Amino acid sequence: MTVVHAPVAGLLDVEAVRADFPILSRTVRNGNRLVYLDSGATSQKPLAVLDAERDFYTRHNAAVHRGAHLLAEEATDAYEHARATIAALIGAQTRELVFTKNATEALNLVSYSFSNATAKAQHGRALPAGADRFVLAPGDEIVVTEMEHHANLVPWQEVCDKTGAVLRWIGVDDAGRLDLDHPEHGLGAVLSERTRVVALTHQSNVLGTVTPVRRVADAAHAVGALVVVDACQSVPHLPIHLAELGADYLAFSGHKMLGPSGIGVLWGRYDLLAAMPPFLTGGSMIEVVRMEGSTFAPPPQRFEAGVPMAAQAVGLGAAVDYLQSLRSADGTRSGMAAVAAHEHALTAYALDSLADVPGVRVVGPADTASRGSAVSFVVEGIHAHDVGQVLDDRGVEVRVGHHCAWPLHRRFGVAATTRATFYVYNDTRDVDDLVAAVRHAQSFFGVA
Amino acid sequence: MDLESLYQEIILDHYKHPRGRGLREPFAVEVHHVNPTCGDELTVRVSLVGDTVTDISYDGQGCSISQASASVLHEQLVGESVTTGLATTDAFLALMQGRGQVEPDEDVLGDAVAFAGVAKYPARVKCALLGWMAWKDAVSQAVASETPEVAP
Repeated sequence: MTVVHAPVAGLLDVEAVRADFPILSRTVRNGNRLVYLDSGATSQKPLAVLDAERDFYTRHNAAVHRGAHLLAEEATDAYEHARATIAALIGAQTRELVFTKNATEALNLVSYSFSNATAKAQHGRALPAGADRFVLAPGDEIVVTEMEHHANLVPWQEVCDKTGAVLRWIGVDDAGRLDLDHPEHGLGAVLSERTRVVALTHQSNVLGTVTPVRRVADAAHAVGALVVVDACQSVPHLPIHLAELGADYLAFSGHKMLGPSGIGVLWGRYDLLAAMPPFLTGGSMIEVVRMEGSTFAPPPQRFEAGVPMAAQAVGLGAAVDYLQSLRSADGTRSGMAAVAAHEHALTAYALDSLADVPGVRVVGPADTASRGSAVSFVVEGIHAHDVGQVLDDRGVEVRVGHHCAWPLHRRFGVAATTRATFYVYNDTRDVDDLVAAVRHAQSFFGVA
Repeated sequence: MDLESLYQEIILDHYKHPRGRGLREPFAVEVHHVNPTCGDELTVRVSLVGDTVTDISYDGQGCSISQASASVLHEQLVGESVTTGLATTDAFLALMQGRGQVEPDEDVLGDAVAFAGVAKYPARVKCALLGWMAWKDAVSQAVASETPEVAP
């Protein structure tokens, strides 16, 4: 049952891209070629990133922002140059970009600002000017959505437990979109003058849904709330213009965008960062330390305690350069616009191909409007773990489970889904192999 | 390692035709265990008369490995003594954690030997153990408290 699809326009020159990723040429189980469809969990790394890290360690390694020797100077320059490169990618000021361990830590940095400011205020301790924005009282409300990754849900539940604030959430409709006009779980019903924070994902890691951050942000700002955006699945895949997005904070991880693990990014409006108490404390983040107490450095240093992950920052900077260097095969697009067009084309191809398989149901938008490349699906009669096992047996590496979005799966009445995610090194052949493997799983388990 | 040796016929048969599935009374202890990485869950009830396991009833949802494993657990341990049941559980645990290096003893494990192939897939070991760990938890509580049976 071979389905012939029309040639796909908008793709990158995948052969050339794949040559930059040595891991993609290895074989996996049973000698199969690697069909890596789990970039939503973590991406593979091009040689340019590995080389940048190695070059840092072989030529410039020193503890950054310490010491006056030549290597310290070079290492600091490399670290700060990476910060500027990454800031430019999203249209941020360099001083607004904080390096963290990962996106989860970036989101916790923001959530802890609320619980820390609240605790200090309760004891009458010193806070930066403007920190009252972060002091919560019982009855204040924090709004999230039902499609959040646990990393943008659990930290806010913790803030509520520590401060007496109340968690509310925006619902998700059957198509997998935020149900913003719902009478009980929509924007109008959930937001009020008690709302202090609205935290939402820019692109669901399960459904692929791209959310209307601007509309939510405008409504949140109208009631005086701050807007925290989980951009883990959008910054690696879409052109981002902060000025258009309307967010107050944006968190993303390096390892999902061709960069190393161990580095994440928090962008925040400078006036807000400056008003926040510190999160992790210790060396580098201080202004003056006395036995009686300490004062703290301005952002971003205030939030970068200890010797930072300089090589990883340099690697992430190289990843950004690499993404910016990509061109559509037809030459019409470059950089993140080319990445987005490539994934858009692959996603359309994948949705079409999976729609041809009886017994496969995609959980999330069925069309590509405002949709990224995470394609999660249920194979009727086969648990996702078993689907994943058969796929893996054929070299197709996908994610199975609840993808750290358990409430969202509950919303759709499924315990687990199989998720394919695409990136710059995937092509239509990968999709074909995925679909063939899904059909094989159906035949193996006798459901088709 | 091929798919057929992981998904042995016995496993697929127990998955499609689970033995003893469904929650029953009376029972001494009920536990609910989840596998947080995948969301699979299982409720297990244990019923004892003296030292004899008179019933293990269960319900839940999850992959073929976790559900078939619970079915085999029921078939293997009901009617046995607690001591034998726990010894079988220890043998199954050793097999699952053996990375494929432990030779299974069919005299002890019965149909549970069919899960030997799972041990070569570390990500699936927790699936196979879900029911067994739940039963072990439940029977340990039952023995510790000697809870009177809940009347039907």
